Amino acid sequence: MSFDFKDLLAIKDLSKKNLQTILYSTQCCKQILMSGEKTPILVDKNVAILFYEPSTRTKNSFEIAAKRLSANVINISVNTSSVVKGESITDTVKTLEAMRIDYIIIRHSSAGIANMLAKNFKVSIINAGDGFHEHPTQGLLDLYTIYEYKKKIKDLKVLIVGDILHSRVAKSNIWALKTMGAEVFVSGPPTFIPANIEELGVTVFHNLDDIIDKVDVVNILRIQSERQKENLLPSLREYISLYQLNKKRLLNLKSEAIIMHPGPINRGIEIDSEVADSSKSVINKQVTNGIAVRMSILSLLNRDK
Amino acid sequence: MFGFKIKNIRIIDPSQNKDMVDDILIENDFIVNKFSEKLDIHNEITVIDGTGKIVIPGIIDIHSHLREPGQENKETIYTGTRSAVKGGITTVFCMPNTNPYIDNSTVVESILFRAKKEGIINVFPIGCITKGSKGIELAEIGFLKKSGIIAISDDGMSISNSGIMKHALEYSKMFNLPVISHCEDKGLSGNGVMNEGKNSTILGLRGIPRQAEDIIVNRDIMLAELTNAHLHIAHVSTFGAVDLIRSAKKKGIKITAETCPHYFTLTDEAVKSYNTNTKVNPPLREQIDIEAIKYGLSDGTIDCICTDHAPHTIEDKNLPFDLAPFGIIGFETMLSLILNELVDKGVLNLLQAIAKITTNPAKIFKLKKRGSLKIGSFADLTIIDPNRSFKFEESCILSKNKNSPFIGRQFKGCVVMTMVSGKIVWKIF
Repeated sequence: MSFDFKDLLAIKDLSKKNLQTILYSTQCCKQILMSGEKTPILVDKNVAILFYEPSTRTKNSFEIAAKRLSANVINISVNTSSVVKGESITDTVKTLEAMRIDYIIIRHSSAGIANMLAKNFKVSIINAGDGFHEHPTQGLLDLYTIYEYKKKIKDLKVLIVGDILHSRVAKSNIWALKTMGAEVFVSGPPTFIPANIEELGVTVFHNLDDIIDKVDVVNILRIQSERQKENLLPSLREYISLYQLNKKRLLNLKSEAIIMHPGPINRGIEIDSEVADSSKSVINKQVTNGIAVRMSILSLLNRDK
Repeated sequence: MFGFKIKNIRIIDPSQNKDMVDDILIENDFIVNKFSEKLDIHNEITVIDGTGKIVIPGIIDIHSHLREPGQENKETIYTGTRSAVKGGITTVFCMPNTNPYIDNSTVVESILFRAKKEGIINVFPIGCITKGSKGIELAEIGFLKKSGIIAISDDGMSISNSGIMKHALEYSKMFNLPVISHCEDKGLSGNGVMNEGKNSTILGLRGIPRQAEDIIVNRDIMLAELTNAHLHIAHVSTFGAVDLIRSAKKKGIKITAETCPHYFTLTDEAVKSYNTNTKVNPPLREQIDIEAIKYGLSDGTIDCICTDHAPHTIEDKNLPFDLAPFGIIGFETMLSLILNELVDKGVLNLLQAIAKITTNPAKIFKLKKRGSLKIGSFADLTIIDPNRSFKFEESCILSKNKNSPFIGRQFKGCVVMTMVSGKIVWKIF
């Protein structure tokens, strides 16, 4: 097995071999998950879920995954913890480590926070989203979902649509897909495209309709309404007309193409409600696979490192 | 009465274009050509063997943050000047973003008083351009000058209103005060925390494009041309700024400029570890900028090198990268970085390099009898052992805080003695 990490911080750190190992192990975890059984892989291990940003699916997905592996799970709600008393994140993690926690799953609005903690603590850190940096388990579950449908990743054409600049999901997807040999395209207004993104090996299309009919996978990102206040968008109405995956664009998709979305969906904004529920949509599959991927990561990490 | 004879030492004095092995004599506060009879008779002369070592005029650091008054947890005049002498610095200018700001005579007088009482080097405060560096109303520049400031600056803030910047340049002219401009278009730098480019995209950190600096450098050059005032550009970090300053100088505009060691040593690759000791404003740029800055130093476009010494507490720097404050310390590494990155790599010869931290600052800011080893100058001098290597370790830092990106770095060339007005304030040989 080619996986020897204490932490999962960023997909950028993972090799093709590492990703293949994760895909294989996720396949096994999915069988366990679908069987409805528990497995004792993490029995007597303690997992803390520490989220500084709101979340339903990622948080619950990690919790279910850990419980399926027989771990003890504690959920720390930032609003009722000593964080509101001004405790620094380092001190919170120090406290958790003293409580003999083995894994900390962390989400935070600041990029690099998981890297900082991983360097300073023995506990395994799993990055569940840090600022605009990465959201590695989302990248992995997207990779796995694509693999499940297409039986390969190499040479697939994958399009990511929306606010690439503020998206950790986009970043993790790009690294995962590029490492596995897919061709990646991004589409969005120039104000949503980060500097020098081409140097990551992706191609930019500002006109969605120039590329949408050529791809095997469309991954639609959530649009946050506050971007309008930052003057990155003149109006949501204009965004919708240019970039919404609507029924007309659905018709232009390749017949075997799949539609993904990391959730939560803004129905009627980045994606038309009916399109989100159409036969091409694999959004609910992503949610199920999310648990399998997280089981896989929790069982792969090396606690002896 | 006291005297020193430093024997057989290589003297590097850019003010006389001198590079030769000779003796150097100090009597009381000054450099002399021969001792007075009285001193000779009393035999109070200390002889120092300078064989194999280099003496330069005491280093003048024109850009630092001593943090006093108001932020004594970051640095004080006491600790800051002690850190400075370890780096061979004998004169330091301190920026006015203290609490309260150096925007009135009382604060200037208090700093000068404390510097005399607790400091061990020459401290020259820089006054605010505008009250509280808010960029709205001019500070009382005349009173500030009278109480002892050396220049004016709203360092850390950039004056966004071009009209106010024009008035500042016009008004400062009658006091012969250079206006030091921190050039940053805040609308463009926004909430950015590092250089905008491939690495900011990979790291998911908000970027600051080079143009945030270049736009204001260009604006201020135009205003300096309009007003015929002396503009000094602080901490140049971009290739664009170097080009703009070069062509302004060619046009005869009264402009001078400085850069800092980190801008010719590190790129934004250093940020990849999310080490907040690489978070500095302006941000670390890219290799193309390093090359342009080195070229700008060699052709004289950039006149000075300074530290922008900006201590922050460990609590502040332990925050996530986007929330931690900008700034790194620099007193104790500047000279070694100049030697290793510029002299050893053939960018500047020793005379040119030393001029950037001694003779040039003295000339630009009109410091009399400093930045030179001429007879009659203050005996401010720094002795370097060019062959002594050292590893820059956190435990050896004398600044009150340790926020340096150079911790763990190996250097060759070390300050072994610092003298201010004839007094030895640092000696390790």
